[in-house]
Amino acid sequence: MLHTILFLIFGGICVAGALNFLLQRHPVNSALSLIVVMGSLALLFLLLGAEFVAAVQVIVYAGAVMVLFVFVIMLLNAGEEERTRGNKVALSLGVPGLVVFFGLMCWTLSAAHSQLGRLQIGDYYVPTTDLGIALFREFLLPFEVTSVLILIAIMGAVVLARREQQ
Amino acid sequence: MNLTQYIVFAVIKIALLLFILLTAVAYIVLMERKVIARMQNRWGPNRVGPFGLLQPLADGIKFILKEDIVPDNVYKPLYIAAPMIALVLSLLSISLIPFGGAWNVGGYHVPLETTAFWTGTGIQDINIGLLIILGITSIGVYGVALSGWSSNSKYSLLGSLRASAQLISYELALGLSLVGVLLLAGSLSLRQIVDAQAGSILRWNFFGGFQFIAFFIYIMAAYAETNRIPFDLPEAETELVAGYHTEYSAMKFAMFFMAEYCNMVTVGCLATLLFFGGWHSPLEGLNIPVPGIWLVISPLFWFFIKVFFFIFLYIWIRGTLPRFRYDQLMAFGWKFLLPLAIANIVVTSLVLALRP
Repeated sequence: MLHTILFLIFGGICVAGALNFLLQRHPVNSALSLIVVMGSLALLFLLLGAEFVAAVQVIVYAGAVMVLFVFVIMLLNAGEEERTRGNKVALSLGVPGLVVFFGLMCWTLSAAHSQLGRLQIGDYYVPTTDLGIALFREFLLPFEVTSVLILIAIMGAVVLARREQQ
Repeated sequence: MNLTQYIVFAVIKIALLLFILLTAVAYIVLMERKVIARMQNRWGPNRVGPFGLLQPLADGIKFILKEDIVPDNVYKPLYIAAPMIALVLSLLSISLIPFGGAWNVGGYHVPLETTAFWTGTGIQDINIGLLIILGITSIGVYGVALSGWSSNSKYSLLGSLRASAQLISYELALGLSLVGVLLLAGSLSLRQIVDAQAGSILRWNFFGGFQFIAFFIYIMAAYAETNRIPFDLPEAETELVAGYHTEYSAMKFAMFFMAEYCNMVTVGCLATLLFFGGWHSPLEGLNIPVPGIWLVISPLFWFFIKVFFFIFLYIWIRGTLPRFRYDQLMAFGWKFLLPLAIANIVVTSLVLALRP
């Protein structure tokens, strides 16, 4: 019961933040609503018992990535964006597409509803040690490959930044 | 223990923490002014009350009575929210600090930290306390960054740009310097990290754990995180007037001030918990006979002595060191502290793995 209430609250905040992100005209306000989305996502992770993932979500996304976004927006002193009347193709294809997508999602969920169980707080609690053991024993190769991928991305960024200077 | 008692204990703890912390912050400011003054061969505040002891009270009255000016062209929602964000986050992170073991109050087991779970039968502490504190620290940038941007002043903006870049850079070294301690304790719970250091002074992470390099990295990165000399570039008064809080006055300025000093206390508490044995006495294991009442006071006494030392260290360093140049600051963080922190992790984990 408590789980459902908390899920509805934070899910609602998450969706509201995402909508606000799109509707705000100033980039800083959009970035701040994205931080709200990140924070409520972290709380949703916490509700599922993934405490480490929740903390990392806050540290990495809300803390580091979004600070960089805000930093760049402040540095470039980006002004308010202009509103257009919208693209007719996007409007005529997007709205029906959205309706179809939501309809499909609702249909799938209601069809599978009888097989779904009930969730309570603490049902799937994963201690950080278990996560570490899984990452460094069973999923060691994917973990290392991902870190190499990130290293390549960093080196690529350095190369691009250097080329511009010359 | 039922839910009502849990809430009563929680409210008492929150009130006590707020009262003690805000009083402490006021008197840390006085202590800083006095100590700095003596280091510079002058007296410091000594007119209000005996030895100037009522000076914080006078400062508080001034902050409350001063006109609260909101400049014309600021972006109001964020201008007002920024100091609140800064203060709320600093109070949140200190609420996770365990100030001692646990007390038995009227037969109930009450851990001495403000934020704790109710398990249905009793109070339990948060087992990822350190991660949550790191998370709150990483969000703490927004108070500084948004205040500078929303003030619509070039000094404030430059201050907040410096702050965001500096805080992101030093957060990496800060987080990595703690990994050695985590490896030794095998836990993210602050209470378990302290318990792993119990027994004698040789089991403290600073001495027995050979984490002194990690400690120095931590303390330098933490000074950068709290914007204190020699890392106070976001509010460098000779260059930027007052940096990110140039346009703030009265209580809003006081909120930034309180947030900064609360963060200093948090850094002192964390250094104590992670490297200096927390509330454990350095005389443990020597079997010196003590009266029974001392056993109750002793954890709090040692904890506060250690935290006091770290706060004194802040002031001492402020009286001693000049400010970094900005490129030196970045180079120091990225090219010196970060590789050193990674080397510390490698050596610590190697020793732990090879130890019989």
